[in-house]
Amino acid sequence: MGHFLVVGILVIVVAVLTYFGLDAVGLMPVQASAQSVSIDWLWNWEIIAISFLFSLIVVPMIYSLIVFRRKKGETGDGEHIEGNTPLEIGWTVVPLLIVLVFAYMGAYSLGDIRRADPDALVINVKAQQWVWTFEYPEYGIISKELHLPLNQQVVLKMQSTDVIHSFWVPEFRIKQDVVPGRVTEYRITPTLIGDYKVRCAELCGSSHYSMESPVIVDSQADYDAWITAQSAIAAEAAKTPEGQGQLLTVRNGCIGCHSVDGARMTGPTWFGLYGENVELADGSTVVADDAYLAESILNPQAKEVAGFAPTVMPPFALSETEIANIVAYLKTLK
Amino acid sequence: MKSVSPAIRGWLSFAIGAVIAYLVGMGLVFLASGSWTYLHLVPVLFATFGSVTAYSWGASGYSPITKGFVWLDLGSLIGFALGLGIDLLVQGTLDWVAPTASLFALLFGFTAFFLGVAGFNAASKGLIWQIIGTLLAAIFVSVIRAAMGLTWSGPFLFSEPAWVLGGFMGVLFFLGGSGAVDDWFKWARGIDTPEHHEEHYSGWEKYLHISYDHKVIGIQYTVTALFLISVGGLFALIFRTELAASQLQFLTLDMKLFGQNGPQLYNSFMSLHGMIMIVSILLGMAGITNFVVPLLLGAQDMAFPRLNSFAFWISVPASVLLLMSLVLGGFDTGWTGYPPLSARAPVGMQMFFLGVFTAGWSSILGALNNIVTVVRMRSKGMTAFRMPIFVWAAIATSIIALTATQFIGLAFQMVMFQRLFGMGFFDPAKGGNPVLFQHLFWFYSHPAVYVFILPGLGVISELLPVFARKPLFGYRWIAMSSLAIALVGFLVWAHHMFASGMNEYLRVPFMYSTLLVAIPTGVKFFSWVATLWKGKIWAPTPMLFVLGGIVVFLLGGLTGPPNATVSTDLHLTDTYFIVGHFHDTIFGGFVFPFFAAIYYWFPKATGRRMNETLGKIHFWLMTPAFFVLTFGMMRIGLLGMRRRIVDYDPALNFDYTHLVMTVGGFLIAISVLIFIYNFFNSIKNGEKAEGNIWNSRSPEWQVPSPMPTHNYDQLFEVVGEPYDYGLPGGSKYVEFIAPAKSKHP
Repeated sequence: MGHFLVVGILVIVVAVLTYFGLDAVGLMPVQASAQSVSIDWLWNWEIIAISFLFSLIVVPMIYSLIVFRRKKGETGDGEHIEGNTPLEIGWTVVPLLIVLVFAYMGAYSLGDIRRADPDALVINVKAQQWVWTFEYPEYGIISKELHLPLNQQVVLKMQSTDVIHSFWVPEFRIKQDVVPGRVTEYRITPTLIGDYKVRCAELCGSSHYSMESPVIVDSQADYDAWITAQSAIAAEAAKTPEGQGQLLTVRNGCIGCHSVDGARMTGPTWFGLYGENVELADGSTVVADDAYLAESILNPQAKEVAGFAPTVMPPFALSETEIANIVAYLKTLK
Repeated sequence: MKSVSPAIRGWLSFAIGAVIAYLVGMGLVFLASGSWTYLHLVPVLFATFGSVTAYSWGASGYSPITKGFVWLDLGSLIGFALGLGIDLLVQGTLDWVAPTASLFALLFGFTAFFLGVAGFNAASKGLIWQIIGTLLAAIFVSVIRAAMGLTWSGPFLFSEPAWVLGGFMGVLFFLGGSGAVDDWFKWARGIDTPEHHEEHYSGWEKYLHISYDHKVIGIQYTVTALFLISVGGLFALIFRTELAASQLQFLTLDMKLFGQNGPQLYNSFMSLHGMIMIVSILLGMAGITNFVVPLLLGAQDMAFPRLNSFAFWISVPASVLLLMSLVLGGFDTGWTGYPPLSARAPVGMQMFFLGVFTAGWSSILGALNNIVTVVRMRSKGMTAFRMPIFVWAAIATSIIALTATQFIGLAFQMVMFQRLFGMGFFDPAKGGNPVLFQHLFWFYSHPAVYVFILPGLGVISELLPVFARKPLFGYRWIAMSSLAIALVGFLVWAHHMFASGMNEYLRVPFMYSTLLVAIPTGVKFFSWVATLWKGKIWAPTPMLFVLGGIVVFLLGGLTGPPNATVSTDLHLTDTYFIVGHFHDTIFGGFVFPFFAAIYYWFPKATGRRMNETLGKIHFWLMTPAFFVLTFGMMRIGLLGMRRRIVDYDPALNFDYTHLVMTVGGFLIAISVLIFIYNFFNSIKNGEKAEGNIWNSRSPEWQVPSPMPTHNYDQLFEVVGEPYDYGLPGGSKYVEFIAPAKSKHP
């Protein structure tokens, strides 16, 4: 019995040390949503189980390697033990029970994070290569940032215009794919004021890595102020062609690939573009005038800019007025 | 120079060759671009190939291998020049990084290597015919397209339909040209053929020809797997280097290669790392199974030797197709190839689909052969529960591979047809459903991970009693647990899709079924620990890898359940945590046991053993480095690192962890290089080991090594339990009875 006693004590010591070690390291990001509490509760129990099972296997293994190793000059075999049926049944049935408990806890936690509030705030999310666009239908606001009020449940109705994307804010814990051809739902209750980021978690093409947008959890007062300000900006912008053009570039996700300040992104920058010479992939140059810009929106592959990946941009079926407004906006970027 | 050892001469030549080739490469870049760049791909490539060629020359003179490397270098250059010329003719511009030139360099280089090593043989003939078949079919389609007034050329020389038919015909031409189907055609014409071809070829040359000997095929598989592991590992090193710091360093938006910019190239490397490693795992385990199973059963060969040979040879053109996908524009979908993204990716996507489709045939046919062999060809007295435990694992694996592989082939074929013929299976605009693909895909690809690990777990169970000097604890439970894992594995696929937008209520039943996998897996762990308990353990290199495999697989196993419970998985899925979890299961379930199996059975194949010191260095370098790598992955994955990204937000502060992980990755690569050196060096220079060096009860160790061509000269009868170590007075597992019958009908 001596061996079993020593190993038993060691297993418990190592399990406790492993758990508290992992706990001290801090495995998860901050909890910024009501749902994350439920998920972290389950995670914590899983870490306890993992710590225990890890030491239950590794400790007797290492103990055997040290105590039962073949010493110098020894040639004999070990003890002839073929098996032990009660033991085998035991380590089949006990894990089965543990697994069922965890499955129940998993179902409980899932039910908890999916609990719906009938008064939840609805925000529409559009995902496309490689930009998120957020629409607040009640206020007619289109934004490239997601602002959320504190302690209020939000339902994101998500749609994709091209390939599969996935909405993930690590501090919220939950992830949901955005699938073309259907609306998927993301339900969250933010509980911590702060600046976070939504990061696309489903490989969506060459610039997948850069598909990140700010997510800002505001106090109710700040949120209301933001809504008021955005509504005013939208109303103001709608008065001029340049302003309407700018709104269109947000609504259509253009700014996901084209910078307005000269930075290198997936597509050419718009800064100082209008009226300049553009070098094309086939070596020729063209002046960025109204006709060229209109063609590049309607049929992006007609003239490909040198140094940029071909066939990346989809065609945008916009009306003549819309295109004229966008071009008017581009002229202001100097 | 006579007194200098070949190894020193080799390394000296290596250094000199690297420097000269680097300078030549820099000179060429200067001629082409007019400026001196020190860190350019061309000199690096030149230095790599130059140094390897020079090493071989220095170490062994102008041997067949050296000749192969020289031909490889020349073949690549000629192919590159030819491709550049064709591209110039078709596109009208001189493009140094054109996919066409790279493609021809790749194909010609490969073919020239095998031609140089041993003239016309199955490999070189097959590759020549593959090139001819690909070009003929592609030209055929192009001519028809031109006649119909459609565009026939594109940035990748031919149009997409031309490449698809070309790739497919290339495989068929390879099989015809290599001679893998000769016997069947002869039978159809009423001509009888002998069983063993390889007797015409001496020594290593038989490995480059069609052989029906399961041991030769096993080694062919294993060496091909080692080659693919090196390629897949090289890809991993490339993108791991890019990830060492945030921001784009060398895979930038401005660079261009194979028609791709940096992030696109990253996606191609990352995707191909996945699939090439998967194929190498399938081939590696097929290699071990092929070599070992007939020996364990006391059979003279596999049940269908020609099918066995066919299953190996078809994996060669499949591997070529996978590599072609990289230069034909690559693809940015990951190995999973989810539409709609895969319906939009460049031509490389189609080559990838075709490659996987073809490799699947290898897997299905190999599995069929295996099942029939085990059912029909066991020795007298070898009842089901007296089979060596590895055979149980091989059976469970084969059942999955035989019945599930069709689904990945089907899923990929549907996307292929969606692209070629506009069939909208997964296109929502045409009423298709992208999530359907995921169901079809994972219905194979989840059981497939058990195909990757079950043989490895079988190796662990097989070797553990030998080195613990104790019976395998709970033999029947371990045997049944393999079957249980295979069975439950079919019922869990949708746990990959908890966040996919599939029906919400399906998530709970799949959580239950997934968690059930833990139970048979747990039985294995407990039984292994009980096998070690009170043993007389000794730990030469194979045992080290067995033990390492158990610990690493344990980490993979324990990090699994949090992915099975839905709510935690919604945080974990598609992050680096999954990447870490997966690499733990695959290293523990395949890589460690694969190395253990090679160290263990190497003497059986060669009559020599691999160097113990180098083996131990391999283990003690690889294991800690691997822990650093996967712990790093899981740590940052939990904190917000997504999968499959070429760059990460510097604000996340992951730079340091990524740097450490990259160092770990390179240490693993160095350890594997040491292994490969040890492997090839020991074939010739290893210590002689012709007896039962591991003191095993298994039948193959009761006869001298290397195993003779026709396996056992005397048949054996099973008279005891396979793992009865430690019985006082001793007992036997097998007893040799009568001389084997002639195998020449």
